[in-house]
Amino acid sequence: MNKKLIISLISLMLASSASADTDGNTSLSKNAKKPKVVKDCFEGLNRATFSLNQGLDKVIFKPAAKGYRKLPSTVRTGTSNALVNLSSLITIPNNILQGQFKTAGINTGRFVVNTTVGILGLIDVAEKMNFPEYEKEDYGQTFGVWGAGAGCYLVLPVLGPSTVRDTLGSFANVLGGDPYYNASTHGNNEYLTKSLYTTTKVISGVDFRAKNLDSIDNLEKNSLDFYASVKSLYLQDRQQKIANSNPTIEIMYEGDWEEIETQ
Amino acid sequence: MFPKKAIIFLTFFIIFFTNINKVYSTEADVFVQSTVNRASKLLSENITKEEKEERLKSIAKDTVDIRGLGFYAIGSTRKNLNDDELNKYLLLFEEYFLKSFASRLAEYTNPEIDVYSKEVLNENYTMVNSLLKATDQRPEIKIDWRIYTKDKQNPVIRDLIIEGLSLARTQKEEFASILNSNDGDIKSLFKTLEEFSNK
Repeated sequence: MNKKLIISLISLMLASSASADTDGNTSLSKNAKKPKVVKDCFEGLNRATFSLNQGLDKVIFKPAAKGYRKLPSTVRTGTSNALVNLSSLITIPNNILQGQFKTAGINTGRFVVNTTVGILGLIDVAEKMNFPEYEKEDYGQTFGVWGAGAGCYLVLPVLGPSTVRDTLGSFANVLGGDPYYNASTHGNNEYLTKSLYTTTKVISGVDFRAKNLDSIDNLEKNSLDFYASVKSLYLQDRQQKIANSNPTIEIMYEGDWEEIETQ
Repeated sequence: MFPKKAIIFLTFFIIFFTNINKVYSTEADVFVQSTVNRASKLLSENITKEEKEERLKSIAKDTVDIRGLGFYAIGSTRKNLNDDELNKYLLLFEEYFLKSFASRLAEYTNPEIDVYSKEVLNENYTMVNSLLKATDQRPEIKIDWRIYTKDKQNPVIRDLIIEGLSLARTQKEEFASILNSNDGDIKSLFKTLEEFSNK
């Protein structure tokens, strides 16, 4: 399909979902409005996909994560650092698209330092140089900052929880928004290949699972409706990331807490 | 004009009771740090998991506003419940909460949490900020505590916000999902809570 057509389609879908909710509200404050519910338009299908993902997790990702955790911590830290460093390639353009020019400059400096002095990002030299804390950004967040609503909640096979907006944001990566993807799939070089890109993404998933092995198991064990818990946590996380502010204080809606005072 | 003695007495009265209030009110951050220390000490003890869970439940009863959290978690549905249903819900919620709370925490051994700041949201709530130190197996985790401070002498915990994710909100949305899947029938929630507590 023509690339321009795809981009137009995405723009149209985003425009139509912009009024779906206010998840992307950036002017949230201590008097934050009650967050609008993100509709679970395809709940039946989502729950089925969620079950499929749980099955895949039990068979593939969880055992892989357990194995990964047996590696020496220096290896895991190095791997994690290199993956975070690569994510800068998506974060930096999104910093710019969100108008965070100073942060874009800082993140560019971080990427350069870590890629060179830090040996392809294996060592987080920037942290030792007291660079400000790194926050990942993606195209889904940028669409949210621009005012696009989340649209319906989705559970994607293998990839897990998402929304229409965030899924479209992921498409932006393969439509030219991810320099690492571009270099791996379209670049004429002998070092970066499509399989290396895929391997990086798989390791990234295993690294995430390994870091959250206990917390996810604990959540599953103590949830009454694990699907609903994961959905809630995902949507809260996205709301927080889109707000780009003090997560705890500024995006919280106080109304529900104030209401129970009347009991 | 007021007699001089009356003014002195009044001044003394005001200062005395203002100070009493200061002496006996518990600061939210001190309360959190002492609660954390209490739990941490217990978790590092060489006792069985069952014993740990029982004693964690006792800590939760002392420090968490389980009733308030229960009201929050069920949301506007509580307005449709009669007194019997509401009482049954609060009983079941307490059982569920204590079991879930103890089970979640008992997995940790000797967690190190440092309280580093607080922000007063309003006269009823203070947010206390803390960090759970990283271990070899997991990264550092930011934990914020929503402390209900209406009773200055007895602050209580109403929510834990882990890396920006509210456990109370997650609970509320989980309950809403169960109710929505069962046409808002409160009995379905009762049944789910009972099943969890009995397993």
